[in-house]
Amino acid sequence: MKSLALLLVLAAVLCAQVPYERLTKAESEPQNWLTYSGNYSAHRFSRLDQIAAANVAHLRPVWMYQVKNREEFETSPIVVDGVMYVTEAPMAVTALDARTGRPLWNWQRPIPRDLKTLGFGPNNRGVAILGDTVFAGTLDSRLVALDAHSGAVRWETVVADYKTGHSITVAPLAINGKVITGISGGEAGIRGFLDAYDAKTGKRLWRFWTVPAPGEPGSETWSGDSWKTGGGPTWVTGAYDPERNLIYWGTGNPGPDWNGDVRPGDNLYTCSLVALDADSGKLKWHFQFTPHDVHDWDATEIPVLLDATVRGRERKVVAMANRNAFYYLLDRDTGEFLHASPYARQTWAKGIDDRGRPEVLPNTAPSVEGTLVYPSLQGSTNWFSPSYNPLAHLFYVAVREMGSYYFKGEAKYKPGTFFYGGGEHPLDGDRAYGAIRALDVSTGKMQWEFRLQSPPWAGVLSTAGGVVFGGSNEGNFYALDAVTGKPLWEFQVGGPIVANPVTFAVDGKQYVVIAAGHALVAFGLN
Amino acid sequence: MKIFFIWALALPLHLCLGQPAEDPLRALTPADLANGKRLFGGQCAPCHGITGGGGKGANLAVPRLKHAADNQELVAVIRGGIEGTGMLEAWQLNESELIQVAGYVRSLGSVAASAIPGDPAKGRAIYEARGCSGCHIVAGNGSSLGPELTEVGARRGAAYLRKKLVDPSEETPDGFVIARAVTHDAREVRGIRVNEDSFTIQIKDAANRFHSFRKSELVQLEKDSTRSLMPAFAATLSPAELDDLVAYLASLRGDR
Repeated sequence: MKSLALLLVLAAVLCAQVPYERLTKAESEPQNWLTYSGNYSAHRFSRLDQIAAANVAHLRPVWMYQVKNREEFETSPIVVDGVMYVTEAPMAVTALDARTGRPLWNWQRPIPRDLKTLGFGPNNRGVAILGDTVFAGTLDSRLVALDAHSGAVRWETVVADYKTGHSITVAPLAINGKVITGISGGEAGIRGFLDAYDAKTGKRLWRFWTVPAPGEPGSETWSGDSWKTGGGPTWVTGAYDPERNLIYWGTGNPGPDWNGDVRPGDNLYTCSLVALDADSGKLKWHFQFTPHDVHDWDATEIPVLLDATVRGRERKVVAMANRNAFYYLLDRDTGEFLHASPYARQTWAKGIDDRGRPEVLPNTAPSVEGTLVYPSLQGSTNWFSPSYNPLAHLFYVAVREMGSYYFKGEAKYKPGTFFYGGGEHPLDGDRAYGAIRALDVSTGKMQWEFRLQSPPWAGVLSTAGGVVFGGSNEGNFYALDAVTGKPLWEFQVGGPIVANPVTFAVDGKQYVVIAAGHALVAFGLN
Repeated sequence: MKIFFIWALALPLHLCLGQPAEDPLRALTPADLANGKRLFGGQCAPCHGITGGGGKGANLAVPRLKHAADNQELVAVIRGGIEGTGMLEAWQLNESELIQVAGYVRSLGSVAASAIPGDPAKGRAIYEARGCSGCHIVAGNGSSLGPELTEVGARRGAAYLRKKLVDPSEETPDGFVIARAVTHDAREVRGIRVNEDSFTIQIKDAANRFHSFRKSELVQLEKDSTRSLMPAFAATLSPAELDDLVAYLASLRGDR
């Protein structure tokens, strides 16, 4: 009896314990989905192969979990040893039995009455896990640490003041003893940053400002006080290289979005990828995709860490399909520009020069009358995730083919209100479409395309089973052949899919799960 | 108990003392209206027409707007859009720009509606004689292949109505794109595209029957938004008859 009790205690301690070492080797336990993108390299790829190209046609729903909130359901689940952790809009975290979809615990808090989300919906994209703690950001700009076994609050830290338009929708990134979180507020004139917190106490360890203060390197790319409202939000989860101890994180648009008159210069480090030392938060290198952006083309797309042969040489690279329509390869150690090629229709740049700087075409800036430019404000892709398949050596990206008339307007900063100076009128309906495109990772050349009815808001997942999963605005959850792009299976979920798929296994059975409409739907084979 | 009693009394009193809603457009200057017109021209005119006479969007050059009984509602509609319609939220306009645009929209309605030539009663007779009700519903009567016209006068200006009668193929309204599908077994269906996603399409044929297809079952699928199932009346109606028909359609305001 005594030994049974001891066993139970041990089991309780061992169960759902996710030490940092497990996170660094996430690929070796494909039955779990341990980080936002599945691994630190942000591949959104799984080695599970029970669901395969040959049998995916037999996939069917196994369970559904319905949420009460009517906002878009954008969570990307974490799965640890049979337990799934999801966020729900506006500010809730739920643990589910991953085998049945039955809730195990729920933590939630009402949204403050005076909270306004400026430039995005009241959503959340997921949690991080480290040890026995689940971490989530909140719309009122707090970072909350919850006991993974009960949902009880371990600590709670104020990251920023929500009254000035700061907000958190991003899933945190948990590394060795630290939790990294970004911030939203690019349409509210915030000064962006990336923060690291002590995973045990919630104490802030460092902050990297994405807009430098006067006198700091990069400050010469701003004028006057424009840096104070310079934007550069960090609202999508980045990647981490444990070997280099570097965090790779994308930054958003400068403020105000569409009227750059008040901020002449390149506006570093907006629309950039920054590589930060994980211990100090110090900038190792940066690369700016869109200098002096006036189209709201945040560079907050997922930075994917992979090995590629670039112009005959084996390199450790960061790959990013940027919102500005170009696919980039950068050296992971130095940020050196290695490659850029368009993966979607664009009408704003003649090309990218040898240093990685766009050659911007004349008359492409927003105007009072409206300027037609491809891609639209939402870009050729957006926050929803790409996937890297190391077996096929393909980079899959969900593409939005849509143009827009960009307008320039006045922008006056008032804390806690919109600060963007213009807008767009998109060419939507049948004038726009979407696609899943498979790019050769080394050259960016398109290997295949699967057309979608409209520009998507769902990311992709690829697996060792040779399948790519994706979703559509019209509610199609579907599987494509990873090598040919041929559609293999489809299920109509009955609501728009605005989320990223993940896969996991319980008791040897593989599941694929997607947030769709106002439900989480898990699929499996008969 | 006492506390509850006092509270219960206080609640309606508090409501009675509520200030009447202030008119958000009360202090607009000519410069505001000019800026409202400029913003409208760029961001609203693509759907509502440059003079607000309607197009893909509603006719705004009317004294009474269906979704905006007062100016507060008008600002709210511009800010938040109208769910289930093509009217999107104007998140890109700040508070003062919203009010400027609302002011300009109101000014459209205060301009005397350009007198519509033609006799609505005669127009109604033409509508009936030409069999328009074979494809359109007015006040519950007719068939539903084409758009319902019960409120068409409130939503569309006379210029737009005339243009559609003369050449219906220009700017086919959303939800009325023509589709032609041919199946593997050579079955052909032509009609209106009712809905479509990446894998399926739903078509309504001229007999008002729904057809469902998976795209993988089709050997051919054509969509054409440059044609309409509606005949053009440019050649078959005299200018005076066209005036009468336009006058009748413009009179349809949903009043029962």
